[in-house]
Amino acid sequence: MVRKWTPKPSLPPPVLEGGAWGWIYRNLFSSPMNTVLTLIGAALLIVTIPPFIRWAILDATWMGGSRAACDKVAHSGTVGACWVFIKVRIGLFLYGFYPDSERWRVNLTILVLSLGLLPILAPTFFANRRRQISIGVIGVGVAWALFSIPAAVFVLFFLFLPFGLAGVSFKGRWFSTLTGRFAGILLNGLLSLIFGLVVYLAIKTAGAGPLAAPAGILSFLLSLPLLFSKGFGALAWRWLFLFSIFPAFAFFMLIGGVLGLAHVETHYWGGLFLTLVVAGTGMATALPIGVFLALGRRSEMPVIRILCVAFIEFVRGVPLVSVLFMASVMFPLFLPEGMQFDKLLRALVGISFFYAAYMAEVLRGGLQAIPRGQYEAAQALGWSYWKMMWLIILPQTLRIVIPGLANNFLSLLKDTTLVAVIGLLDLLGIAKAAMADVEWLGFTKEAYIFAAVVFWMFCFGMSRYSIHLEKKYHARYR
Amino acid sequence: MERRRPDVRTTHTLNTCESLRRGPSRPPLVAHARWKAVSMSYDRNHLKKSGLRLWNDARIRSWATQAVVLLALIAMAGFAIYNTAHNLHKAGITTGFGFLDEPSGFDISLTLIKYSSNSTYARALLVGILNTLLVSALGIVCSTILGFFLGVIHLSPNWLISRMAGAYTETIRNIPLLLQILFWYLAILAPLPGPRQALRFGHLAYLCNRGLQIPRPILEQGAGAAFIALGAALLISFFLIRWSKARQMRTGLRFPAYPTALALTVGIPLLALAASGFPIHWELPILKGFNFQGGITILPELIALWLALTLYTATFIGEYVRSGILSVDRGQQEAAYALGHRPWMTYRLVIIPQAMRVITPPLISQYLTLVKNSSLAVVIGYPDLMHVFAGTALNQSGQAVEIISITMAVYLTISLVISLFMNWYNRKYALKGS
Repeated sequence: MVRKWTPKPSLPPPVLEGGAWGWIYRNLFSSPMNTVLTLIGAALLIVTIPPFIRWAILDATWMGGSRAACDKVAHSGTVGACWVFIKVRIGLFLYGFYPDSERWRVNLTILVLSLGLLPILAPTFFANRRRQISIGVIGVGVAWALFSIPAAVFVLFFLFLPFGLAGVSFKGRWFSTLTGRFAGILLNGLLSLIFGLVVYLAIKTAGAGPLAAPAGILSFLLSLPLLFSKGFGALAWRWLFLFSIFPAFAFFMLIGGVLGLAHVETHYWGGLFLTLVVAGTGMATALPIGVFLALGRRSEMPVIRILCVAFIEFVRGVPLVSVLFMASVMFPLFLPEGMQFDKLLRALVGISFFYAAYMAEVLRGGLQAIPRGQYEAAQALGWSYWKMMWLIILPQTLRIVIPGLANNFLSLLKDTTLVAVIGLLDLLGIAKAAMADVEWLGFTKEAYIFAAVVFWMFCFGMSRYSIHLEKKYHARYR
Repeated sequence: MERRRPDVRTTHTLNTCESLRRGPSRPPLVAHARWKAVSMSYDRNHLKKSGLRLWNDARIRSWATQAVVLLALIAMAGFAIYNTAHNLHKAGITTGFGFLDEPSGFDISLTLIKYSSNSTYARALLVGILNTLLVSALGIVCSTILGFFLGVIHLSPNWLISRMAGAYTETIRNIPLLLQILFWYLAILAPLPGPRQALRFGHLAYLCNRGLQIPRPILEQGAGAAFIALGAALLISFFLIRWSKARQMRTGLRFPAYPTALALTVGIPLLALAASGFPIHWELPILKGFNFQGGITILPELIALWLALTLYTATFIGEYVRSGILSVDRGQQEAAYALGHRPWMTYRLVIIPQAMRVITPPLISQYLTLVKNSSLAVVIGYPDLMHVFAGTALNQSGQAVEIISITMAVYLTISLVISLFMNWYNRKYALKGS
């Protein structure tokens, strides 16, 4: 009789191999050395984390509207953070001394900026046109609900005009077909100029004097691509708007003095808002300047190359503090008598040029990594230097140097705190000013921890975003 | 960006076609030599045919551009110099470096060399430079130790401490250094109790809001012998290490040179001290009245700056160390294990030497950054170069142009020295023959 052979059921794995115990054994107690390290680590955590959590969250004072709330808790013997201080002074931390009644202007500027940036920063998500339109509609709605109808109209114009302009081109449509090529260029240029003038005069007669000149110049410049190119895409227009219309809008919105907006001088600016202004302007200007410096450093023209090398090496050899000192102490001496530059502007110029030198070095590394064949192919096609750089070399370079650029952007964001050295009240400066308030003496830790958390969120977010970008381009082009 | 590229490219393809139709396009401004030669001879022919088109000649365009840039620069510099001279003249400030020999008239809270308010500005500059170098050196030593530690434990198989190292790195390096300096100075050290209620570490050291008080060694007659012994020990160690390296190269035998050297450096001076009957005693800090007398006071500004620089820079060094170690091929480690090396010896003999090649360049530029970051001392009043010279001395003398120039020149010199060292190092340890 055939007996069917059945295997015995398998034994369970040793306790220390699989499951949670196995994981703990492998990762925490695999050797005597590891056990000791784990115990030291755990001890360190137990010593630091629970007291901090108790101080910052459990025993902290969250409710109340004045110092009395914190004092009452302190008298009862518990030692906890006093977040009431931050709550009461949050306006100061966010806007500095920007007048209360005018703070909506800051909010509106930030709303416009984020609406303009969102589709650019998350192009994959917003590749879908319906999503783009819905974010635009939401933006207009928010602007209408929170601000005013003119604000909503501006947002509408700012977000939807790029769609309207996408692919629009008048190149070769009118004059250049009728007349010769050069005459066509001249006539088209004239047309742009007339358009700019019309805008200028229209705004001038409407009564918003200071607005007229920038609006006229912007209209002139922005109408040039319509007449001279075969049409830009919506994304290109969006970038153009962000670098032309938005700065003008932000300038007049924040400084005021036109259209019935009260004039707010820059020494009232402060807090997180000032940090963002310095960081944003710094990033937006340092990268383009850095591109030119990097190209100059690799130029074949000796004068240009030497100048760029000297500038880059000089700036990279000195600390930012000394550059800011120079901007605040030495720069006014260079100007003719009676001419004055705003202190904020001086700091911005200092930071931009300082970081431009660092960006240039990062970009130079990228430029050197582009295979020579790319240059040669572009030259073989007879392309001009700028066309070759702009369309062939720089797009590839920027993709390679994302990590380096992100590092520089991060340091720039962190180094905006240095403007406090020359007396500007950024988030850090305002924290210092807030704790000097007689009513709220002794809450230094709270103020700095709040500032640290805010900076940390921005920096951490940026570093994650750069890692995401890096992965995305890596996956697509390698 | 890549959404834009297709339509732009079509645009330019069309442009190119057009330009082909209308004849030769302009040669690029910058091209490498051979291409330039070809294009220029081509251009000359073109010149002859189509009349005088100077701007079509790449060389002429290049020189014209450079001339314009140079002239613009000279004009700007001239304008700035003229204005500066005029402004200074109006403010009644005499230019020149003569002020360096005048008495400074201010005191400095930390001086490594003899200094009083009667000393000259030049002396104050020297004090500032020394203080900058002091805090930089302290920061570099400590951040290197902490950074290597962080980098190594970040790679440890131990889940807990590797995660702790990661969390520390991500937290600290994403918070501005200036904020950390101010936090340590204003939020931690300033609220410490005064000298009377100082935190005590035995009878040796006290920590209060005026800084850390530690004992001061007082040398007596005969202590010089110990220093001579130390020098001798260092010399012997140096030759010992060289000898052991040479022997290892020759025979493959290892000699524990570093432990021996350490033992010699500690032991010989100790022996010398013992032989001369310990001619050294410690002056302890003692509370007298409202302050401490005797001992050495480490200023709270120095502690805050030192601590913040160390903790912040260590995160960066840790990342360099980690990436350096990861850059060594895994096969190297496996081969060493296969040969029977223990993990520590594998690290010491196989991994670290190869990783150092990757780690050192960014490490040294991080040191440079640390030296430059030490200028943040100015916000808490640690008397470094920036604070003493570009701060106090500038306010005192009003010689803005000279003082800022000297300050920048000093930092530039430090940078130059460090980068020269780096170039030398890279040449020495570059992989040869590739």
